[in-house]
Amino acid sequence: MIDKLEELRTIATSELDSINKPSDLEAWRIRYLGRKSALTQILRGLATLPLEEKRLVGAAANELRVALEQSLIHKEEVLRETEIVQAIEKGRLDVTLPGRSPVLGRLHPTTQMLRQISAIFSTMGFEVIEGPDIEWDYYNFEALNIPQDHPARDMWDTLWMDFQTDDGQQPMLFRTHTSPMQIRVMESRRPPLRVIVPGKVYRYEATDATHEAMFYQIEGFAVDKNITLADLKGTLFEFARKLFGEERKARFRCDYFPFVEPGVEMAIDCFLCNGAGCRLCSGSGWIEILGAGMIHPQVLRNVNYDPEIYTGFAFGLGVERMFMLKHGIEDIRHFYSNDLRFLRQF
Amino acid sequence: MRISLKWLKDYVNLPLPAHELAEKLTMSGNEVEKAESVGTTWENVLVGQVTALEKHPNADRLMLSTIDLGTEMTTVVTGAPNLEVGQKVPFARVGAQLIDGHTGEMATLKPAKIRGIKSEGMVCSEKELGISDRHEGIMVLSPEAPVGMPLMQYLGDTILDISTTPNRPDCLSVIGIAREVAALTSQAIHIPEIIYDEQGIPIHDAISIEIENPELCSRYCASLVTDVTIGPSPQWMQERILACGMRPINNIVDITNYVMMEYGQPLHAFDYKQIKGRKIIVRRARNGESMFTLDGSQRDLNQGMLVIADEKEPVALAGVMGGADSEVIETTTSILLESANFNGASIRRTSTKLNLRSEASSRFEKNISPELAPIALRRATQLLMELGGGTAAQGIVDVYPGKKEVKPILLTKERSSRILGLAIDTKRIQEVLASLGFSSSIVGPLDDLSVTVPYWRTDITLADDVIEEVARITGYDDIPTTMLRGEIPKHIPVPVLALKDTVSDILAECGMQEIITYSLVSKLMLDRVNPNNELGPAMRVANPLSSEQEYLRTSLRAGLLATFATNERYGQSSIRLFEVNKVYFPRDNDLPKEQEMAVGILGGLRSDRAWYTGEDELDFYDAKGIVETVFNRLRIDVRFEPAEDQILLPGRTAKITANGQKVGVLGEVHPKTAAEFDISCQPILLFEVELGRLLPLLGMTSRYQSIPRYPGITRDIALVLDASLVTSEVQAIIQSFPLVSQVSLFDVYTGDRVPEGKKSLAFSIRFQSPERTLTDEEVDHTQHKIIQRLEGEFGATLRS
Repeated sequence: MIDKLEELRTIATSELDSINKPSDLEAWRIRYLGRKSALTQILRGLATLPLEEKRLVGAAANELRVALEQSLIHKEEVLRETEIVQAIEKGRLDVTLPGRSPVLGRLHPTTQMLRQISAIFSTMGFEVIEGPDIEWDYYNFEALNIPQDHPARDMWDTLWMDFQTDDGQQPMLFRTHTSPMQIRVMESRRPPLRVIVPGKVYRYEATDATHEAMFYQIEGFAVDKNITLADLKGTLFEFARKLFGEERKARFRCDYFPFVEPGVEMAIDCFLCNGAGCRLCSGSGWIEILGAGMIHPQVLRNVNYDPEIYTGFAFGLGVERMFMLKHGIEDIRHFYSNDLRFLRQF
Repeated sequence: MRISLKWLKDYVNLPLPAHELAEKLTMSGNEVEKAESVGTTWENVLVGQVTALEKHPNADRLMLSTIDLGTEMTTVVTGAPNLEVGQKVPFARVGAQLIDGHTGEMATLKPAKIRGIKSEGMVCSEKELGISDRHEGIMVLSPEAPVGMPLMQYLGDTILDISTTPNRPDCLSVIGIAREVAALTSQAIHIPEIIYDEQGIPIHDAISIEIENPELCSRYCASLVTDVTIGPSPQWMQERILACGMRPINNIVDITNYVMMEYGQPLHAFDYKQIKGRKIIVRRARNGESMFTLDGSQRDLNQGMLVIADEKEPVALAGVMGGADSEVIETTTSILLESANFNGASIRRTSTKLNLRSEASSRFEKNISPELAPIALRRATQLLMELGGGTAAQGIVDVYPGKKEVKPILLTKERSSRILGLAIDTKRIQEVLASLGFSSSIVGPLDDLSVTVPYWRTDITLADDVIEEVARITGYDDIPTTMLRGEIPKHIPVPVLALKDTVSDILAECGMQEIITYSLVSKLMLDRVNPNNELGPAMRVANPLSSEQEYLRTSLRAGLLATFATNERYGQSSIRLFEVNKVYFPRDNDLPKEQEMAVGILGGLRSDRAWYTGEDELDFYDAKGIVETVFNRLRIDVRFEPAEDQILLPGRTAKITANGQKVGVLGEVHPKTAAEFDISCQPILLFEVELGRLLPLLGMTSRYQSIPRYPGITRDIALVLDASLVTSEVQAIIQSFPLVSQVSLFDVYTGDRVPEGKKSLAFSIRFQSPERTLTDEEVDHTQHKIIQRLEGEFGATLRS
């Protein structure tokens, strides 16, 4: 009987070894471990055996059952493992194929820059207001201390509207800067004020790499009882660091705009040469970024603010210029020719 | 203005190298745009003297010139027509760097054999030395030029090209810049005294002056010099005039220009004999009057213009340009010199009107000081006698109706620190002011200053002006940096700004690229998007840069379509663009209405070609999906209804309405319009929303709805309906049944498997109750009711 069991073990084991599909395992189990299997028959027949033989055969048969069961579990695992390995092999992807990209749109570079600059000034308590593109001469010039026939008008070549008011007294123009909003806001509100005004401005100017007939400016101004040139410097230096990086140096120099006194031009050190002098900064080491100053007492008087009580500062900067400096763009005409090959880079 | 440092040295010591000086000037308000060194390339160029001239043996037009270089003599071949024995000339040795007169390139001089004669160098023209463009003859140096001296040492100079701001006409002069340099470098300024003999007749016997319009001419001074010899001005003067970028003409004109450059006061020289009646009248021109100006043009005058007239007629356009009839010519012997002060605004009006800007008008228009007139006049008279050899009349005429009292300015200590945020020591303020020619004295116990402004600073009228003077000379670098203090002002929200940002963000997220186009467009472009003139007239620019930018747009469509066309031409195959910006409509007696619009345009492949894409093209429903997304995100309920639009295709156009009001439009661009813009891609979809109309609809926050606790049941039904039936009506009916929680259309079919004129719509309907789990029977019942209702309303049948 023992020999029979050994024979059974040999046959069952070799048969299990040759199985390579998990689906064949069940048939093997039924054949060798099922109710009708030879082994089960032997175990059932134990009772009829003499005591000594029953003990011997019983132990051997049970040992064989456990061994076969374990072999089966092991085989199952091996086959499952093989199957996974095969599946992986079959399922290999070309991971270098480009992904399915969602269609993405972007904001225009000018919008991106406007938002970035607005965000910086917002953190300093400035609110954003917009104004009309088309203005009266009064707001664009007169109220800003630039009367008719003032030589400073040469600083802004102006596009005029073909338009007559009934009294013929109010010339209409395309605003040459966003400064008119200083007047409009101050006329309608009382200090304290901290305002920035983004918007389109227009110039009667032939376009070239650095000049556009239409571009965006951001005007900023603050009016309160104790605003100083030092506050202007602090505000704008902080702005420059936030926009151009902590390592950038900034400087103020004296300049003239009729609506401020003292007048300021601000520059940052050239990021191409770090101030050593190169072509970008035309050898000076500095790049002009904006004009500013303390709001002229006459401008305050024009909006019925008492310049003895209130002081304020104002500044104006070209939005495209900031973007061009940050990204090394050489030609302002890229902005409004709207070539997707340009726009999609940002 | 171009300032020669060599000239500047006449009035002030220059303790700093040129680049440091330039930096100081720039920082204090006189921006040095360029510092140009003259003569740095002149190595191997010397002052030579022509000692002999003879004909070249082998060439008729060439000469052999013997040049004395002090330590040696050399012979060169030259073709210059103006060479004479005794002249001092620049001589370049072999190896010198010269500009080739023909190519304009810098080249090294090589030994040459010209028609058989060896030439060991050459005599140079101004062009070859890079001084000017003059190349007609050899440059002739002053007789005082030391023979053998390197030219660099004799003529080398640095020219500062200074961009002067419009408030500083005093800095349009060498003395003006000298005063700045003196203040910036703590040097003294020395202006030479003007002394000359007056041996002629008393001036009042020779000329009388009348100012008819003192509001336009505050001062008029004149002198007379007789027996003058007209000729070229001396070399030193010509050099300085050249250095300033002007051309030497003759001694008289050069003197007036020289003094203008020196003092900043424009002068005019009349041929005294041409002044009829010995009388100068400063008056408004009469309407209809005309005159010939020095440039040979006939000028029509009107009474807005000021003229200098004699008894009979205008002899000069005051402060702008002289008249041709009284011009100084070779035979002139008596010179009447004018030095006057004219009203800046009037000069500017006249020169603008006549499109005649001159060195004189650009100074007068900035309001130079009337105090300058007699000073510059006497300086010019002195030079005239020195260089033209005449006799000066006794005295000058000086009519000064516009004299104003000089009022001191009170500068309080409190004001200067309130403006600058920096308290500057009173003594330091006084020092700085003194260095600029201001005088000041302390008044009161608080160290306030009474400041008297020097006559040349016509720009200083307020305490704040004086404060800027102090700050710019001490340096803006000294101003501390502080942050704004005090309360943060109340912000007034501007809803349209937030809406613009939000809409732009959503459109970008939907795959649209933002563009910004010009507000000004051509008439043609506007007409193309407004064929039926539904938008009304557009406003026109009075002085357009070009016809491309002549009209203020009333629609964003033109810019978008043109941009689409450009990008299509650049090879883009999938284009989605939007612009959120203004359009402008005229109003009577008022600024135009500026209206914020959002317009999008798309066409081409649904996505750029890739390994996973097909060749699907964008269509109406892509555009509609984007519009729906926008409104969905804004939480505004909108409806789409068939509509018409002047450039959209009938049958493929929908108006967008909210609360029964039209807020926008959506549709396929008419192929005719697309063709006009040279767009070949088809279809092109366009949507347009007027943002202002959305503002009252905003602010709906979404109301929370609890998540259903009981499971729902989904059923799909396919219905066959008339092809012309609008889907939204069918869907609305299904939706109206209480147990229906959601309806979505998942298939639309027309074709062989439904009858002609019919379409099949397949809906997925979700049934759900918030109170209980629905039974199949309940759902069957409702579904049956739905189908019955649709049968009744539309003759719908279930598709088998």
